[in-house]
Amino acid sequence: MRKESSYWVAIVHRVSGVALALFLPLHFWALSNALQLDSFLAWTEQPMVKAGEWGIVVALAAHLGGGLRILALEFLPWRDWQKSLAAAAAALTIVVGLAFALAL
Amino acid sequence: MTFRSETLLWGAQRASAAVLALCVTVHLATIIYAVQGGLSAAEILSRTRGSAAWFGFYSIFVLAVTLHAPIGLRSVLGEWLGWRGRSRDLVLLLFAAMILLMGMRAVVSVLA
Repeated sequence: MRKESSYWVAIVHRVSGVALALFLPLHFWALSNALQLDSFLAWTEQPMVKAGEWGIVVALAAHLGGGLRILALEFLPWRDWQKSLAAAAAALTIVVGLAFALAL
Repeated sequence: MTFRSETLLWGAQRASAAVLALCVTVHLATIIYAVQGGLSAAEILSRTRGSAAWFGFYSIFVLAVTLHAPIGLRSVLGEWLGWRGRSRDLVLLLFAAMILLMGMRAVVSVLA
């Protein structure tokens, strides 16, 4: 079964959106309580937690890229650019992912 | 849900998306800048506390996400799990209230 690039961008957009929605309460909880404690930041030094952080940052970048694509498709007049927009969304995700990985 | 309120939700989703596009871009750049050289609680809070501009920015971010996340989940719950109707909207309304309260509490504790 061969799917179009726009199908996969839509799936990534949706899955990353659900992941971000589930992450938000944890993020807010950590900022309100645990950020006062360096023991929480020490916990985030674990490789699995770092991998999770990397994943959520990449999900945020992917969701941003996919969302910009939807806004462009719905509000800008040109439609032949769908594949280029899908590629731009993927490129943005990779750039942010690499930048975050290098900064960690 | 009437056609009119579905249209209203669609508009709110796109409008909040436009705001979030800006917020998320700034947030990603801030994250990548901030994590360089490691983090400590004192260092983070010394940078963040007392800035009216960042307080305003992150308050707008929380408000936009309060609209955006529940409307997005609404489509996913409807299309992937077949959950529609009043119960879904009630649960999402509670989720929105939770995001708003927890988000503003986080903004106050980190930035105020």
